[in-house]
Order: sequence, then structure tokens, then C-alpha cells
Amino acid sequence: MKLIYFAWVRERIGRNEEEIFPPAAVVTVADLARWLAGRGEEYANAFADPDVVRAAIDRRHVQPGAPIAGAREIAFFPPMTGG
Amino acid sequence: MSAKPSDDPPAKVRVQADPFDAGAEAHALAAGRCDIGAVVTFTGLCRDEGGRLEALELEHYPGMAEEEIGRVADQARQRWPLLGLTIIHRYGLIRPGESIVLVVAASSHRRAAFEAAEFLMDYLKTRAPFWKKEHLKERGAGGWVAATVADDTAAERW
Repeated sequence: MKLIYFAWVRERIGRNEEEIFPPAAVVTVADLARWLAGRGEEYANAFADPDVVRAAIDRRHVQPGAPIAGAREIAFFPPMTGG
Repeated sequence: MSAKPSDDPPAKVRVQADPFDAGAEAHALAAGRCDIGAVVTFTGLCRDEGGRLEALELEHYPGMAEEEIGRVADQARQRWPLLGLTIIHRYGLIRPGESIVLVVAASSHRRAAFEAAEFLMDYLKTRAPFWKKEHLKERGAGGWVAATVADDTAAERW
């Protein structure tokens, strides 16, 4: 599946997007964030406070417990500051 | 807040880098119609934060930005009897004094137009995928603007 990052999540990880193949044990968005945080210092830094980072699956906001099965695109980003 | 029929005109939603003309958008919404009694126009501008800000850089999630604004617009159209709705949100580098966001809500009577416009702004701030980064006059690139509890609270009251 495709991951896409925005704002300081993007800056801390150091890339805009990537293809990933998480293990089967990664079921929810929260699982995915934890799994990513273990991939290296830049990821650990981006997900240092997992309650702050928000997620969207296929361009819709989701909660941390949302299942990732079937997702084409998952985005991680800070709380929004538009308007 | 009467429940409303679903045959209203769809909202016009645009996400763009270019500036917009708030007056022209408000005029276009009501032009040639005699059923509209109230048009509320809200424009959000970039402040200079006491002179220290050079510009704001607005990052957005292309695709989701338009879709999420559309979903918030649908909620507003279900809650208030709107006769027209235009929402424009800019991205890219925006300098103090320039416009960032526009909401134009039209209805038969003022209350629905006022309330819908305020609801839309409160929801856009917490749900539309945009992020502001400050560029400072003194030190160049500043930090990302933090989301405020006040914005969350404002959205929750609806």
C-alpha cells in the first residue's frame, strides 16, 4: 500500500510517500504507526507522540482503531491548521 | 435548523494557488436570482503577526482537500436551507494581507446564512487537510503553526 506524509510528519521522515508491505500482524492504523516507528530514528521521531499524528485512509479521516485492510493510500499528518 | 430537501444546488468548492475575488464570488452566487434574501461572505486573511511574518506556506493534501471540504459543505447543506454555497481555499505561499479562505453562504434569510458560514469555517479549520508553516522576516523558515484547542472547541459546539 501507498503511504503519504504531510507537514512535519513528512519533514521528520524525510520523504513524501512510499510503498510499504507491513506484516499481517499490522491490522489497524495504530498498529501501522507503531510498526513504522520501529523502522528507524526518523520514523520514531515522526511518531514520537502517536496520539498527535492523524490519519486518513483513501482520503477520508479515520480513527487509530480503523482497519487498514484493503487500503490503497494511507496518509499520516499533524492536526490540521487550515482556514 | 430545519431538515432540508436534497435538491439544493451543489456547493462550489475550489482549492487553488491563485488569489480569488470575494466580491465577484458573492455576486456570482446571487446573480439573476430573486429567491435569495441573504448572502454572508467570510474571508480569512493572512496576518503579519505584529510585523514578524514574511509569509505563510500552506501545504495541502491534493484530492482529499477538495473531497473533505465537499463533505463539510454537504453537512452544512443538510443542516441549513442554503440556496447557494461557495468555498475556496488557497495553498502555496501567501503573504500578509492576502486572502486564504472564502466562504459564501446564501439563503432566504440571514440566520441560516450566518450560521452555516460560521459552522463551515469552524469545521474547515479542524477537518480540511491544510497545514500552515510560517516564514519569518528575521530568521527565514519558522515552524509549523500548531493547532489550537480553541479551534477544536469551536468545532465541537456544533
